[in-house]
Amino acid sequence: MDFDPVLLARLQFAFTVTFHIIFPTFTIGLSAYIATLGVMWVRSGEERYHQLMRFWTRIFAVSFAMGVVSGLVLSYEFGTNWSRFSLVVGNVVGPLIGYEVLTAFFLEATFLGVLLFGFNRVPPWLYVLSGAIVAVGTAMSAFWILSANSWMQSPAGYELKNGIAYPTDWLAVIFNPTFPYRFAHMLNAAYLTTGFVVLAVGARFLLAGRHIEAGRTMLRMAIGLTAVLAPLQLVIGDQHGLDTLKYQPIKIAAIEAHWDGSKPGAFHIFAWPDEKTETNRYALSIPNGSSLILTHRLNGLFPGLKSVPASERPPVPLVFFAFRIMVGLGLLMIAGALYGAFLWWRGSLFETRWYLQIVAQCWWVGFVAVMAGWITTESGRQPWIVEKILRTADATSPVIGASIAVTLVLFVLAYGVVFSFGIYYINRLINRGPESPSETPRHLAGAPITAGGGLH
Amino acid sequence: MEWYLPVIWAGLIGTAVAMYVILDGFDLGVGILFPFARSESERDQMMASVAPFWDGNETWLILGGGGLFVAFPLAYSVIMPALYLPVIVMLLALVFRGVAFEFRTVSRSKTWLNFAFAIGSGLAAFAQGVILGGLIQGIKVADGAYAGGALDWATPFAFLSGLSMIFGYSLLGATWLTLKTEGPVAERARGQAKVMLVAVLLFMGAVSVWTPFAEPRIAARWFSLPNFYFLWPVPAVTALTAFACWRWIGQRREAPPFLAAIVLFLLGYLGLVISNFPYLVPPTLTIWDTAAAPASQIFMLLGTLVLLPMILGYVAFVYWLFRGKVREGESYH
Repeated sequence: MDFDPVLLARLQFAFTVTFHIIFPTFTIGLSAYIATLGVMWVRSGEERYHQLMRFWTRIFAVSFAMGVVSGLVLSYEFGTNWSRFSLVVGNVVGPLIGYEVLTAFFLEATFLGVLLFGFNRVPPWLYVLSGAIVAVGTAMSAFWILSANSWMQSPAGYELKNGIAYPTDWLAVIFNPTFPYRFAHMLNAAYLTTGFVVLAVGARFLLAGRHIEAGRTMLRMAIGLTAVLAPLQLVIGDQHGLDTLKYQPIKIAAIEAHWDGSKPGAFHIFAWPDEKTETNRYALSIPNGSSLILTHRLNGLFPGLKSVPASERPPVPLVFFAFRIMVGLGLLMIAGALYGAFLWWRGSLFETRWYLQIVAQCWWVGFVAVMAGWITTESGRQPWIVEKILRTADATSPVIGASIAVTLVLFVLAYGVVFSFGIYYINRLINRGPESPSETPRHLAGAPITAGGGLH
Repeated sequence: MEWYLPVIWAGLIGTAVAMYVILDGFDLGVGILFPFARSESERDQMMASVAPFWDGNETWLILGGGGLFVAFPLAYSVIMPALYLPVIVMLLALVFRGVAFEFRTVSRSKTWLNFAFAIGSGLAAFAQGVILGGLIQGIKVADGAYAGGALDWATPFAFLSGLSMIFGYSLLGATWLTLKTEGPVAERARGQAKVMLVAVLLFMGAVSVWTPFAEPRIAARWFSLPNFYFLWPVPAVTALTAFACWRWIGQRREAPPFLAAIVLFLLGYLGLVISNFPYLVPPTLTIWDTAAAPASQIFMLLGTLVLLPMILGYVAFVYWLFRGKVREGESYH
């Protein structure tokens, strides 16, 4: 049989990485939320924060396990599927991944054990500190992997010798030009996404008339967070876009479906970018809109897709639509969060059932926005895997298509099963709700460590 | 190039792999022994004995693979495509047994998750053995890339190596259970540990006979003079350790059998290092051929020298925190 190894390797990586990103997005945000609840519990002594902390920690454990095992796969795929990539840029990208393992993975994995099982064995402050360490670990992990990814988008601090990249300035490598924007954008996305999950769960409890106090606490905290972060994300995203225009102008041209760089760009609310005729069909546009956003002038010019040959362009429709899905969901989140804040200010947040009914269904918006954003930026870099250094087609391993096809099928089946059950179990944990105060174990600091048995 | 940097890195990655094999070895071993438990509460007890640790244990595998990528990118880019299928099978097996830990606490019906945990653990162990065997028997390299087929690794030796790993991890798992559990679980584990110890010795013997016959370079390493004068203590100490392990299991000691099993693993590992050093991709590429740029190795080394002792410190703290026996009925978080 004849399989195209490059296409299959790309499909496999796209599938495994898209599956993976769901979990870190959630666990970065959720660990920060758990740590916040822990600090509020220790400071106020209020039991409701403790119950919520334990409730979310159980959900965290299930999500984190799926993140760990799907991430392990990715760390080996660099070698199994992209060995030329490893060889060409390993000197530069390798240490960034290495630092991720040493500063983040061990920290998260080890202290998660204390957070999950250590309740009866450590004093409260150490229990809460373990939660905070897990939260810091997840953010550190984002730091390094975003640095590695950004370097692939805007390489800096290196030189090429015989086609192999060698580092010349590590600070320039780590803090490469697009890294600060990308890191801020992703970290904010993780907190925002989790905020909407917490919002949805709180709304579910209020609508069902159960765990009212916990539901109200979650709603207040989630609205307080998202009302700030959702608008902030728009500002960060805008800055990120301006930065991308500087370093990857063709990606921006694809996002805007801007073909002719000699004219100002319109903002297409909808269009069908036709790569054959190099025009947009069915366009619904705001004239000069893109120019205004990207150059802050109505008649500002920026490079068009036609400035490079077709072989140097990313897949325009994919980038164009993925970007619009991300922005559309982002605007919805801003509207939802600000309206929630308005209701809170009016004092009717907990009684406005239609609002609760909508947000209760919207736990997924952040995840889809994150996936769409990653599809935009990763597809938008094509045909390069490392901008101007290595083409995706030249980065694969000497592995036959059949091997990749077989393992791709196995990944789809395995992840399908794992993901379905994971969602089902998380849903069950949510329905079970936080324990009532009588079920929550008293802390046994100073008592014999084996006393009291398990935590529930 | 600084000749010593690749040596330091080989030592560091070797340490990471040894840490992985021992630490994840015992929790994979507990998974392999899962089907022999008699009741759900026994299985709960077995799982609780490894639950706080497995995540951290598995991180050493990322460090081993990631370390290879960082310090020896050429070796990484040759080995991974060569052992493509066993590597992916190992990863998938680890996916199933990893999520089984968390899913099992939420699920009402545990049958399928017990199955996933046991099969995943066994398959991961087997695949790791195959990877090791595939590496020892040699990888075909041309122009700095893997030049063989998709199934070159699939030899009787690789399968023997895969089986050895299942028994080896079971020995670690059984002795861990005698240390961490009480009652029927610990009692059964003592019996299992004896069986596994015998099996491990047989497999170690088979590999030790097979490799020098199959690979003349390995025979020359061990049996030429004066090497032999320096190397004969390795099998001798192995035999002594195995004898001590057997005695300690019989005397119902708790920690010593587990420690002896660890020493056995380290001795086997040492034997493989002696056979293959300085090759990272036998029989063609040495640690010097495959090393990353010195600037990359130094940058990573500086961080490692600071961070690795910290990691070892807090990992030790968590093992200390969860010291003592797991009790029957003591449930997962």
